[in-house]
Amino acid sequence: MTNQIIQAILLGGYYALLACGLSFMFSVMKIINLAHGSLLVLAGYLLWFLAEHYHLSPFVGLLIVTPLMMLIGWALQAFLLEKSARGGELLPILTTFGLAIVIENLLFEHFGANTRSLAPYIGDLSWQSWELFSGVYVGKTSVYILVTAIIILGSLQLFMKKTPLGRQIRATAHDPDTAGIVGINPKKASAIAAALAMGTVAISGLALGVRGVFDAYSGGPQLLFAFEATIIGGVGSLWGTLIGGIILALAQTIGANIHPQGFLLGGHILFIIILLIRLVLAKGGVSHRMKAAFGGAK
Amino acid sequence: MSQWTNSVTIQRWTPSSRYAIVFAGLVLVLLALAPLFASNGLLDRLTALFIYVILAAMWNALAGYGGLISVGQQAFFGLGAYFTIRIADLGLDPFISVALAALIVGVISYPISLVMLRLKGGEFAIGMWVVASILHLMVNLDGLIQGETGISLVSLNHYDSAQRLTIIYLLTLGSMAGLLALLFFVLRSKTGSAIQAIRDNEEAATSVGVKPEKTKQLLFVIAAFGIGVAGALWLTSATTFLPKTYFSVQWSAYMIFMVLVGGIGKFEGAILGAIIFFLVETWFSSTGVWYLVSLGAIAIAFSLFLPKGIWGELERRFNWHFLPVGYQVVEKNKINTDKK
Amino acid sequence: MSCLQVNNLDVRHGQLAAVRGVSMTLNKGDVVALIGANGAGKTTFLRAISGAHSPAAGTIQLNGNEITKLSSHKRVAAGLALVPEGRKLFSNMTTEENLLLGATSARSGEWNIEKIFQVFPNLSKRRHTKTGTMSGGEQQATAIGRALMSNPDILILDEVSLGLSPLVVDQVYQNLERLLATDTTIILVEQDLSRAMKVANRAICMLEGEIVLDKPMSLVTRDEITDAYFGLHKIRTHNGDAA
Repeated sequence: MTNQIIQAILLGGYYALLACGLSFMFSVMKIINLAHGSLLVLAGYLLWFLAEHYHLSPFVGLLIVTPLMMLIGWALQAFLLEKSARGGELLPILTTFGLAIVIENLLFEHFGANTRSLAPYIGDLSWQSWELFSGVYVGKTSVYILVTAIIILGSLQLFMKKTPLGRQIRATAHDPDTAGIVGINPKKASAIAAALAMGTVAISGLALGVRGVFDAYSGGPQLLFAFEATIIGGVGSLWGTLIGGIILALAQTIGANIHPQGFLLGGHILFIIILLIRLVLAKGGVSHRMKAAFGGAK
Repeated sequence: MSQWTNSVTIQRWTPSSRYAIVFAGLVLVLLALAPLFASNGLLDRLTALFIYVILAAMWNALAGYGGLISVGQQAFFGLGAYFTIRIADLGLDPFISVALAALIVGVISYPISLVMLRLKGGEFAIGMWVVASILHLMVNLDGLIQGETGISLVSLNHYDSAQRLTIIYLLTLGSMAGLLALLFFVLRSKTGSAIQAIRDNEEAATSVGVKPEKTKQLLFVIAAFGIGVAGALWLTSATTFLPKTYFSVQWSAYMIFMVLVGGIGKFEGAILGAIIFFLVETWFSSTGVWYLVSLGAIAIAFSLFLPKGIWGELERRFNWHFLPVGYQVVEKNKINTDKK
Repeated sequence: MSCLQVNNLDVRHGQLAAVRGVSMTLNKGDVVALIGANGAGKTTFLRAISGAHSPAAGTIQLNGNEITKLSSHKRVAAGLALVPEGRKLFSNMTTEENLLLGATSARSGEWNIEKIFQVFPNLSKRRHTKTGTMSGGEQQATAIGRALMSNPDILILDEVSLGLSPLVVDQVYQNLERLLATDTTIILVEQDLSRAMKVANRAICMLEGEIVLDKPMSLVTRDEITDAYFGLHKIRTHNGDAA
């Protein structure tokens, strides 16, 4: 029982790490990036490619892949999101969904149908563990992933709150026109935000490959996990994403205890329950929320 | 003011749209007679086309008229097929099972709409995907389906293969025509005007007494029902139910492609998009992955550079209004000359 | 020396020509009251100057440099700052954060956070309050402070009194007095004519998108401005022609 809870918390850290970039983009830029999962898998493949063909440890590979993903983030903002965000709230959903299809099929075309993992390239680390107390073991990688999630979410939070650039990004998200009037370059601020989000996606890609296996079409499920963690934790709160990830993992664990196939179902159903609770809690302001929800939905 | 009303008039049916309706009727009759002369292969392909038209029209109803983008409509496609299997297993005729299954999907979609319609744009989009996943996983729990192994609609064997093909073809054609007509009349009705008012400006619409929630719900349920029909019909023509295939997000990708290319929010656009998708699939699907990459890239290109789609562009250039669900303001002289 | 020069500026809202062929030259230290009825084109004109709205034709020069095509943040860096109508604060951020954002362009000059708090003493206790929860007067002061943080050569104040009680307006103007004493060039939109006449040293009146009056405040009468405001001068000239 205790063991299961501990494992679930560690799994939750993994989900939080998967969700970092999505949550950041959603809370800061108000964009739900449907290509998040596929971009994460792309990062995983890039790390795998460097490890397989150039014998670079995935940790070293990150030094190459992170800047590369940041560059992709910048390009994404400059060529896709910038233009689609101007077309209303719905357009980015369509363009990022289209992008997801393009990326995953290109990955399939290039890397084929085999599943890949980064675990073989990190040596002993992948199976090493600590014994917390009698009989309860925690995998070292799982702990590192949880710690990484905390560090990334914490530094993003701090960056947004304390640095001039973080302020500029927040101001641009709030009102790009006024940001310009104040002296901020809104395009630059958004591009930096997108680059940061994709930088974290590189690290999420490492976690994905270290913790398990992936193939070209793994992006969809990863997107759902990341999305659920973000929503459960509460949009706009990066720490909430960590809590959301842990709650999601606990729900999956409970689901798996109820039925052998109940792991995924448990998480999804909890997500719907959270939505219902949100509705009941916001009942006083439902009509207002409806307006907020659909007013921009043209 | 009086001068103004004298010189213009509001109308729905332009001469071109009258011809279009007659033309559509003729095409339907011709298609209905097709089993008399067309090869089995052609009938089978046309069946697929009709299902694409249904899918595109339904996704368009939701997105183009309701302002609701969903990447989880495969939920209802899969459910339509699943309930057909379930009901047929009780010993009912497979085609009666199709009808009942679609009805059940429509009924189930109502409570789903109560929760999901509270979500905002992007949250609704992925939220529907989560719903599709839940339903997929739940269907997998049904012992009858045997998980991802799937099951065949064996009772189709009561019909010999040629007869079966014809029935499926006609049933699909009829469903397509019926669903398009349903959508056409809903969009033209008072509710339809309300729907279009909401799409154009929700706040203004609310202020004149339109209830956005109700109309969105109506669209949601119609779309779910229509896609349920499509899923059930797809099953009769493919015979095997594999949950993974039917609940695949690929279906949403197809729907989005068809509607974006054809013209979002255009009644004729969805039909055109389905025909284009059908042709693209027929010619290029053998290229495998590149075909899918192109679908995604084309969808992106259309949403960025031609957001009204091909039909929207034609409408703008040539002022075509074939199947009018809106109104036209026309100068009177022009009508007169048109009538001559 | 002219520090802002506008030549034949046309600004459109779709089909509507909101600003038509406006020319204006501002000298260093000018305090201009821009006067006109609602819809006369003042806000559109000011937004075009600050880069929030791109003009259809004409040119804008700042300190002799062409800025017509520059985006708004580059104009701030060049020395223009706008306090927009409705204040447009970043409401989910604190006063301090809003002020710091104003310094993004990093122009050197006398203004910094501490000096803003000296000029607007009522703000200092609101330093860490989110601006969305503050009173209208405090918000206006923050908006002006935010613009000053860029150390502008030209400060544009659009409707600073809008939505504020007379008492608070007095307060805002009291705070502005120190600013008026410096040689910062100011364009000010103010509906209260007496106040505008007291504060400014030059009057520019707009009517239907055009400048109909531009005179030093010392040479203009209240009636002249009122006529320009309502477009009465046109009728008078017209009658005069006919006679």
